[in-house]
Amino acid sequence: MAIVIIDGRELEIPARQRLNGIQAAARLGIEIPHYCWHPALSVVGSCRMCLVEIGNRDAKTGKISMLPKLVPACNTIVTDGMVLVTDSQKVRQARARVEEGLLLRHPIDCPICDKAGECCLQDYHFLHGQDERRADVRPFTSRRRDVGEKVTLFVDRCVMCSQCVRFTREISRTGELMVTGRGAHEEIDVVPGFPLDNKLSGNVVDHCPVGALCDKEFLYQQRVWYMTRHPGVCTGCATGCSIWIEENQDRIYRIRPRENPQLNRWWICNEGRYGYPHVHNRRRLIRPRRRDGGEIVYLDWTGLPNELAGRLGQAGHLAAVLSPHLTCEEAYLLGKFVRGLDAAAWLALGPVPVVGQDERFPDALTISAEKCPNRRGVEAVIAHFTGRVTTFDQLLPEIDQGGIRGVWFSGGYKTDFVDEATARRFESLDLLVVQDLFPSPLSERADYELPAAAFAERDGSYVNRADRLQSAPWAIRPPAEVRSEGSLYWELLRRDGLYDSRAVLDELTREALYFSAARGPVPEVGIDLKVNLLADASGSNV
Amino acid sequence: MPTYQPVLLANIHKEDSHKLAVYESGGGYRALRRVLKEKSPQDVVEMVRLSNLRGRGGAGFPTGLKWSFLPEGHPGPVYLCVNADESEPGTFVNRVLMELDPHQVIEGIILSSYATKARTAYIYLRYEYPLSLQRMQAAVDECYQAGYLGKRILGRDFSLDVYIHRGAAAYVCGEEMGLIESLEGKRAWPRIKPPFPAVEGLFRKPTVVNNVETLACVTHIADRGVEWFKSLGTPPDPHDPRDPGSFGPKLYGLSGHVNRPGCYEAPLGITCRQLIEEFGGGVWKNRQAKAVIPGGLSTGLMTEAEFDTPLDFSGPLKVGCLGLGTGCVVVLDETYPILDFLYNSCRFFAHESCGQCTPCREGTRWAVEMIERIRAGRGRLKDLELLQEIGDSIGIIPGTTICGLADGAAWPIKNAIGKFRDELEDYIKRTNPEGYIVTEPVEALAAIAD
Repeated sequence: MAIVIIDGRELEIPARQRLNGIQAAARLGIEIPHYCWHPALSVVGSCRMCLVEIGNRDAKTGKISMLPKLVPACNTIVTDGMVLVTDSQKVRQARARVEEGLLLRHPIDCPICDKAGECCLQDYHFLHGQDERRADVRPFTSRRRDVGEKVTLFVDRCVMCSQCVRFTREISRTGELMVTGRGAHEEIDVVPGFPLDNKLSGNVVDHCPVGALCDKEFLYQQRVWYMTRHPGVCTGCATGCSIWIEENQDRIYRIRPRENPQLNRWWICNEGRYGYPHVHNRRRLIRPRRRDGGEIVYLDWTGLPNELAGRLGQAGHLAAVLSPHLTCEEAYLLGKFVRGLDAAAWLALGPVPVVGQDERFPDALTISAEKCPNRRGVEAVIAHFTGRVTTFDQLLPEIDQGGIRGVWFSGGYKTDFVDEATARRFESLDLLVVQDLFPSPLSERADYELPAAAFAERDGSYVNRADRLQSAPWAIRPPAEVRSEGSLYWELLRRDGLYDSRAVLDELTREALYFSAARGPVPEVGIDLKVNLLADASGSNV
Repeated sequence: MPTYQPVLLANIHKEDSHKLAVYESGGGYRALRRVLKEKSPQDVVEMVRLSNLRGRGGAGFPTGLKWSFLPEGHPGPVYLCVNADESEPGTFVNRVLMELDPHQVIEGIILSSYATKARTAYIYLRYEYPLSLQRMQAAVDECYQAGYLGKRILGRDFSLDVYIHRGAAAYVCGEEMGLIESLEGKRAWPRIKPPFPAVEGLFRKPTVVNNVETLACVTHIADRGVEWFKSLGTPPDPHDPRDPGSFGPKLYGLSGHVNRPGCYEAPLGITCRQLIEEFGGGVWKNRQAKAVIPGGLSTGLMTEAEFDTPLDFSGPLKVGCLGLGTGCVVVLDETYPILDFLYNSCRFFAHESCGQCTPCREGTRWAVEMIERIRAGRGRLKDLELLQEIGDSIGIIPGTTICGLADGAAWPIKNAIGKFRDELEDYIKRTNPEGYIVTEPVEALAAIAD
C-alpha cells in the first residue's frame, strides 16, 4: 500500500499498482492536462503540459521537501511518500507557457475546424491559458494533406504530440505515419509509398488532441455540441466492440469507440467505425406491405400483428429463421411466439455472413470474420427452445420437402445474404413473412414484407464470440413506419405496455442457464457469461 | 606559471602521428597492457572515480560516478557510446584528437570498455569530420590487426568490437539520449529520462556515453596515475562539500577575433585572459574584446570585465554562464554587435531544436522571429522582456524540457540581455523610436483542398 499526497490530499494506492502522476491525480478527481500521454501508448513526455512539482514526505518526520524543478507527471510513477503539487504558481505558469507556445503558430481555424467543442487546445486554453496574446498574430488557415482513404491531415494544426505516429507503430503495427523535418518545421506525413490504410486507421483521429487529423466521413458534417452520444455495441462482427453512437435528431453522424478494458480497449476497426451509413440509406424498407398475388398493398400497423398471428396460425407447421443480427431478447420473443403457435415449430439460425479470416491486432482487438454480432446468443436461445441448433442450410431441405408451410424470416442484413436460387426454394410455402432492412430476392417473394430496425434503433443485448454479453440500448428512433423487432414481437405475444428489453432479459436469464450470469445489472463493459457456466450445472444461481 | 608539457597534444606534431607505430613508439598502449595485466575492471572504475575526472563534452559530470550507475550483475550486453558528434559551435578540439592522435582516444575507449564491461563500443562521429572518420577507422583497423581489439585482447578474457557510426548533421545527436535514439536508427528525439541510460540505454541495455576528450584523459590517468591527474587543475571549493573540483588537462579551443586561433592544452583553471593573451596572442587588429563565448555557444557570454574568471567547471558559473561547456572560447571584439550574436545564436538553436518539446520548439522559433523583427527596425523594449522570459523558462534546469539543448538555447539570450541590455535597448530605441510595430499585411494561406 502506498500513500501519495496530491495537492494536500492523501491517496492510497494498492501494492503492485503502477500509476503515473496523471492517473493518480485522476483518482482524486484532479485533471492534469496532457496532449502526448495516452495509457495505451509509450511515454514520450514531449508536450510538457503535464508538468507538476514533486517532492517527498519523510516517513518519520513528516517533513515535506520539494524538488526545485518541474517534472512531467506522465513519466513519474508515484511511490510511497511522494508529494505532487498540481496547482502551484510555478505549475500554472509552466502550463500557461506551454499553451501559449502551442498557440503561437496555430492557424486561426476554430470556426472551420471539426474538433471545436472537443479540442484539448481549446479546453486547456480556457482552463489554463493566458488572457492576452503576447506574440504577433499572423492569421492563416491550415494546409490540408490526405494521409489515407479515411483520414485527412490539417498540417498546421498539429501540436506534434506524436500520438498518431506511436499508434501506427505500437498498436496497428503498420508504421505508416512519421514525422518529417526538424524543430518548428516538423510535420506529420506518411512514409513515402505507405498511405494510412490499415483497418484501425480511423483511431488516429480519436487520438489526435486537436483538429489536425480529421475523419473524412465526418468532415464538416456536424458540430459536436449538437450531437448526443449513446453507449452501444458494434454489430459489424462477432467481436462486438463497445461504441458510442453519436447522433443528432435521430441521424447518426459518428461512431466512436467506448473504452472497454475487457474487449476493445480504446479502439474500433474501420468496418465498425464507418458501418452506419446503411442506417440512413434510401433503399431501406420503411413500410410494412403485403403481396396479394401480383399486387402490393401498403399496410397499417394497427391490427397487423393480429393479422400476422392469424395467418401464421392458419399455416400450421411453422419455421422461424432467427437472424444472428437479432438481440438475445428479440430472438427469445420470436422463438416463444412461433413456438406458441406451433409447439413443434422449427427454429433455425439465419445465414451467418463470413468474410475472409479473423484479423488479429495484438494489444488492440480482433476483427472477426463472422460479420454478425449475436450468433452465440441466438444459438443459445434456439438451443433453449429446441434442444439443438438448426442452421439455415439444414432448414432448406425441410422446406423443400413441404413439411413446413409458414416461415417467419428475421433479417437485419446489411449486405446480400441470399441468392435467387435459394430464395426460390421459399416459393412453395403458404406463408412467408420477411422482416429485413433492404429488399432482397427473399423479400421480393414474401407475402408480408416488414421493415426491420437497424442496429442503432434496437434495444437489447448481444453475446460476442467470447461469450461476453453486452447491453445495447437504442440510440435513435427508426424511420416513421418502422417497428423494431422487439416491440413487434412483444405485441405479437400480447404483452402489455411498451417493449421492455430488460424485463425480457430477466426472463431469459431465469429460463436459460447460459444467460444466467446476466441476472443482475449488466456492467458497462459487459459480462462474461462463462462465469456461471463453469459453476454448478444444476441450475443454482448466484 | 611553470611551463606545462602537453599530454593530450603530445603527439600531434609528429609525422604520421595517427599511425599505430608512431603511437606505440611514444609509449602508446603501455597503459592498456599494464591495466589488463594487473587491474580488474572494478579497479579501473575506482581509479577513474578517485581521479574526479569530469566529462569534457559540456556537462562536466564525474565520469567515475557515471560508470558506477551501471547495474551490478546485469546480464548485458553493456554498451559504450563514444560521443564524437562535436557540434557545439566554437568547438573543434575532439577533431584535433581524432585526426592527429586517434590511438590515444581508442586506448581510452578500450580501457573504459574494460572498466564498464562493455563488449561493443560505438563511435558516433559527426558527419562533417571526414578526415576523422578516415583516421579513426584506420586506427581501429590497425588495432584489430595488432590484437588491441577483437576477441581475447592481449590474451585476456576481454573482447571488444568498435564500430564507427556516422551522423547526419544534427546538433541534437550530441545529446546523449538523442545519440542513442539515432544509433538505434530512429529519429533523434532525445528519449525521456528516467529510465537512465546506465540502466536502459542503447537498445534498452546498460549504456555509458562518454566524450572523446574524456576518454583520452582516461588513457593518461591509467598511464600516469591519479596523483598526476590531480596535480593539475583546481581543487574543490572547501566551502562546497559537493564540488568534485576541476582536475586534469583540458584542450582549450580558441577562435574568433584573436591573432592566433587554435587548439591549446593547459591544466584546467587558466583564466580567459591568460588564454587570449598568452596562447592566442591577444585580440586581433589591436582591438579590445567586448566579450567571449566561454565554452561553446550554449554557455552564453562572458564580458571583458569577467576575463579573469578561471576556465574550470566552477568559474564561468560564478559569472552567470551555463558552465565550462567544452572550454572552447570564441572572442568577440568591440565592434561586434551583440544583436548579431543573438541573432546567430537564436537561429542556430531554432534550426537545431529537435522539435518534440513544446517550450524549446516554440520558444526558439519565437525568439528568432522577435529578433528578426528587432533587426528590421520594428523592435519594442517589451521584446527584451519576452526574450528574457523565454530564456528563463525553457530547459532542463527549470524542468520544462526533455534535454539540455533548450538550456543551451536559453543561455545566450539570458547573458546577452543580462550583460548587454544597454546595447540592445539602444539599438531598439535608435531603429524604432516610436516603439510600436508596423504590421505588414500578410496574405492568408488558402486551404489546399484535395
